[in-house]
Amino acid sequence: MEELFTISVYTENNPGLLNRIATIFLKRHINIESLNVSRSEIENVHRFTIVARMKELAVKKLVGQIEKQIEVIKAYYHTDDEIIFHETALYKMASSLLFEQREIQNVIKNSSANIVTVDPEFFVIEKTGRRKDTEELYDQLEPYGIMQFVRSGRISVSKTEMNISSLLDKLK
Amino acid sequence: MRSLLREGADLAYGYPGGAIMPIYDELYKYQDKLQHVLTRHEQGAIHAAQGFARVSGKVGVCLATSGPGATNLITGIADAQIDSTPLVCITGQVASHLLGTDAFQETDVISISAPVTKWNIQVTRSEDIPAAIAKAFYIAKSGRPGPVLIDITKDAQLGDLDYSYDKCTSVRSYKPVPETNIEQVKAAAELINSAKKPFIVFGQGVILGEAEAEFKAFIEKAGIPSAWTVLGLSALPTEHYLNVGMVGMHGHYGPNKLTNECDVLIAVGMRFDDRVTGSLNTYAKQAKVVHFEIDPAEVDKNVKADVAVLGDSKDTLGKILPFINENKHDAWHNEFKKHWETEVEAVIDPQLNPTKEGLTMGEVINQVNKETHGDAIIVSDVGQHQMFTVRYADFTKTRSNVTSGGLGTMGFALPAAIGAKMGAPEREVVAYIGDGGYQMTCQELGTILQTGVAVKIVVLNNEYLGMVRQWQQLFFDKRYASTTMVNPDFIKLAEAYDIQAQKVSKREDLAGAVKEMIASDKSYFLEVMIEKEDNVFPMVPTGACVSEVRLS
Repeated sequence: MEELFTISVYTENNPGLLNRIATIFLKRHINIESLNVSRSEIENVHRFTIVARMKELAVKKLVGQIEKQIEVIKAYYHTDDEIIFHETALYKMASSLLFEQREIQNVIKNSSANIVTVDPEFFVIEKTGRRKDTEELYDQLEPYGIMQFVRSGRISVSKTEMNISSLLDKLK
Repeated sequence: MRSLLREGADLAYGYPGGAIMPIYDELYKYQDKLQHVLTRHEQGAIHAAQGFARVSGKVGVCLATSGPGATNLITGIADAQIDSTPLVCITGQVASHLLGTDAFQETDVISISAPVTKWNIQVTRSEDIPAAIAKAFYIAKSGRPGPVLIDITKDAQLGDLDYSYDKCTSVRSYKPVPETNIEQVKAAAELINSAKKPFIVFGQGVILGEAEAEFKAFIEKAGIPSAWTVLGLSALPTEHYLNVGMVGMHGHYGPNKLTNECDVLIAVGMRFDDRVTGSLNTYAKQAKVVHFEIDPAEVDKNVKADVAVLGDSKDTLGKILPFINENKHDAWHNEFKKHWETEVEAVIDPQLNPTKEGLTMGEVINQVNKETHGDAIIVSDVGQHQMFTVRYADFTKTRSNVTSGGLGTMGFALPAAIGAKMGAPEREVVAYIGDGGYQMTCQELGTILQTGVAVKIVVLNNEYLGMVRQWQQLFFDKRYASTTMVNPDFIKLAEAYDIQAQKVSKREDLAGAVKEMIASDKSYFLEVMIEKEDNVFPMVPTGACVSEVRLS
């Protein structure tokens, strides 16, 4: 059965690595649902967070191929109940709505979203949460006309330890 | 240049061009220390580097310019990646200020080569060159070997630097050899000792790990029949009493049949390629599987291992020996013998002692065996003749079988034979090539002419792309679409390059021609006209079960 997996990859900082990792998915015809790259808790170590849907046997092999890359320190895969995860969405709306459609203020308040900026022309709502939370807000705002919408890739931390520091000590 | 010399490289293959001219200018200054072999095409250069690496165990080095020079290397890089051959490829690149401008002969070779290299890097500053070369050699050679590519911009080639060179001995994020768990070694030994019908399939991991002696000691003590994959060939002498032949699509009858009867299957340094296993759903399902492997990603990739022994084959095979009980398995051996006799009667004897008029590939190879006594390095191209070669050529020494296994690159053999001869100049090198593959890289006759390298070229000419034709005959109702070849006069072609040449069409001329070829201390070209519609058997059709191996 196919499931959603979150793959966390700890890597050296190398510009070619994104390409190499993406190719591993492409070669197997697996669609990347979201991808995020950031620094990690360790200096000079980067962290890829990749979400994709496949069977567990497939993700096991995929992680093996990712770990084979020279500049990958370690890769893990987790199911949703093994991690704490979030996505962030931004919604750009017309400022006039705040005055003409006052109930929109309640929508924002009830969804515990934040208004990050207000401009004479537009304002921007930011909502962090799970996919269904940002989707729900989208559905509520849609009737008012969303000028722009964007959602980030998933970021996540695992409930269990990933032990990268001790791994790096051993490798040294 | 000094960096290359520090890595022990004294030979490089390549082809110059605009963006790599500064490096070639340095080569000119160092030509007494580092020999550069000018091939006739970059693909020739990389296959030569592969041939060199495969027989010598050293890292093969090749050079090419940017753009088309670099892209012409890609086939060889992909070949080296899938066959785990250590290479360092150095490509020139346009000057760094021109990167991304679609400059003349600019290609994004880093992106193009990423999926087929073990590692690659672009260097844009002179001071980074020595460290990149050091890292490249270390990565290419260590662990499971593979090709690496260094792309150096022209300005970086021209810059001055305070030169210092430190050999690379580790990379933080890279663990070439996984740790061996001694408990797994013991568990493997227990399974092997308890087996009634154990069967070993060994691959190139035995050769790459330089574990031939340890492997032999292990199988002799345990008394286990051992079969090889195409790339494992020559790790164990042909005549060894435990050598039962080849597994896979055109492997021997017994090893394929009995894969599905053994109780413990022991895989050593092999990766269960689809050409070895046929249908995975019916592959050795009755057996417990023990997998000796250096690359953790290969374990459970195609065939689930009951016990996986990770590590370097020399080390793991050495470690398991004390835990192995002495055994003979005579009854089990007899089953292999019975199947062997069936195959001799149905396939091998008609191939080696044909009663029909036309010559067979097998009898040509057998004739060469008689002259070389199995001591030669045998290079083969891709197709029917390749399968005949690995089935019928004799081997007494390791690192003697050079062929394109995983990628199946036609055109590989001629340049690879040039590299092989340079990697082992004291040995005889015989290249078997089909009439199709020969014409893919026969421009490298020019390299033979210029260097004087003495390779023996045997073109087995059936005027067809034989392997494809065989499939068309068996699976496409003999519709021979684009497989008939109208060939040039190969003798004139060889003579144009000042290579002594002979053509054989009749059986009675074969022995004398082969004798003359092997006796020659120069390069020699022998064309043998082969029975046109001969097929390679046994055969496991694609997707079939290995035990359904066909004899005709």
